[in-house]
Amino acid sequence: MSRYFIDRNAKYLVLVCASTSFIILAAIAIFILKEALPAFQHVGFTHFIFGTTWRPTMGGFGILPMIIGSLAVTLGAMVLAIPLGLGCAILLAEVAPHRVRQFLRPAVEILVGIPSVVYGLIGILLIVPLVRQIGGSGYSVAAGALVLTAMVLPTIISISEDSIRAVPRRYKEGALALGATHWQTIWHVLVPAARSGITAGIILGMGRAIGEAMAMIMVTGNAVQIPTSPLDPTRTLAGGIAVEINYASGLHENALFAIGVVLFILILAINSIAILAIRRGRHAQDVC
Amino acid sequence: MKIRKTWKWLLLPMVAALLVATFLLAGCSSGSLGTITESGSTTVQPLAEKLAGAFKAKNPDVNIVIQGGGSAVGIKAANDGIVDIGAASRELTAADPTLVKHLLARDGIAIITHPSNPVTNLTMAQIIAIFSGNVTNWSQVGGPNKAIDVVAREEGSGTRTAFQDLVMGKALIKADAILQSSNGALKTAVSGDPQAVGFLSLGYIGSSVKALTINGVAATEANAKNGTYPVVRPLYFLTKTQPTGIVKDFIDFCTGTDGQKVVAEEGYITVD
Repeated sequence: MSRYFIDRNAKYLVLVCASTSFIILAAIAIFILKEALPAFQHVGFTHFIFGTTWRPTMGGFGILPMIIGSLAVTLGAMVLAIPLGLGCAILLAEVAPHRVRQFLRPAVEILVGIPSVVYGLIGILLIVPLVRQIGGSGYSVAAGALVLTAMVLPTIISISEDSIRAVPRRYKEGALALGATHWQTIWHVLVPAARSGITAGIILGMGRAIGEAMAMIMVTGNAVQIPTSPLDPTRTLAGGIAVEINYASGLHENALFAIGVVLFILILAINSIAILAIRRGRHAQDVC
Repeated sequence: MKIRKTWKWLLLPMVAALLVATFLLAGCSSGSLGTITESGSTTVQPLAEKLAGAFKAKNPDVNIVIQGGGSAVGIKAANDGIVDIGAASRELTAADPTLVKHLLARDGIAIITHPSNPVTNLTMAQIIAIFSGNVTNWSQVGGPNKAIDVVAREEGSGTRTAFQDLVMGKALIKADAILQSSNGALKTAVSGDPQAVGFLSLGYIGSSVKALTINGVAATEANAKNGTYPVVRPLYFLTKTQPTGIVKDFIDFCTGTDGQKVVAEEGYITVD
């Protein structure tokens, strides 16, 4: 077999690979939609999204409490993770000596690979009892948000650090030459210049947070109610699917797939925003 | 030349689609001659799988397919003739079709608290009041002045359905109860929270949680067997007509000595 033969046919091989993955993705999307359709037809899309009663075995199919639950834990996690992550990224990119960075950077990267069930276990053993000290049963929005914070931090840190490092060297030199202090340079020049990359990191972290099922089942308490305090139990969309799928049949099962469609749309929207943010960032850097 | 090239670009994705389709279809191959199908209650499911395994060890030619779906699905599937055996973890009511019942085992449901909780007994009325949200403090049932954290199972669970039928009746489990998705997870939640109360299949009780007496009767296998413990549900295999052939062999095996040994090993109450 000559290398010319390989050369001529390699493109077909990669085409087969590409179309296989595309077809699998399309098949998944079609399958979820097909399974969800009876639920949307039976309940109606608006009633499904804005209904507040979830009693699927007695005909209650409203997922608003789960949508709010998902948004509450995600928002809580973001409020904590953004300042912490950004601070850590600045430390790694600008402040820490080379040797500290050599140790910290791989440590952060290892955190990304820890399975979510392990985060959930840590949540049950550490965070839930801690929240119980403040009030309630401990299974709560607060516990969910704290566990998610730990889960999304690595994503935010590594992407933010990369984008701060990617800021052209002349920006920093220019700022220092104009008499700005190191901190002024970081806060007024480097961070704003890396803004699009940092945004992308935050949004990717948000995508991970909103889709997390296992860890959320373990720490949020799974009660389907609109939480009125951070100490109230709640249920997320992804957690709702995973909790009930074992026992669901008929319309109940269709409704769980319909939750999947809503989650699919939410995550698609978040990822599209991330892609737009990254594109806009590239564009801005080209102009400079 | 150009046409041939375009054709190739269309052909290859089709080949890929075919590969994917073959892969998907491979999972749907049909069974052999000696196949028994069972579906229904998810409480019975793990027990049925163990029983099927024990039966297959003695009869390697017979293939047994065990599926879940819930008691309602099991009753309907057996009545429609979709499966050979339906499984139900509750008593059949007047609304259900008439089927041949084969009592497989019984399962008790215990009310559990943290071991440190001083409350040792609840009446049925107190249990209903706690789980429906009318009683929210342990001091109302003779305990310390602490809030009650109600832990229940998720909607659709066999244990929840049985608890609803046997204990709650018309009252609903309160919406802000903490829900856990398995017997094991519920046990972990109650064992970690001194203020918690929950319900658990008898087979799962261990030293990390405390089973309460109900109306003064302890949640033990013996009391469930002699009928004094009130929260006991039957586990049934259901057939449309009197079973014959391998289906009869399998059901006889399950209700016989060998099958009941498996029932006892799995922590359920044997039938004599």
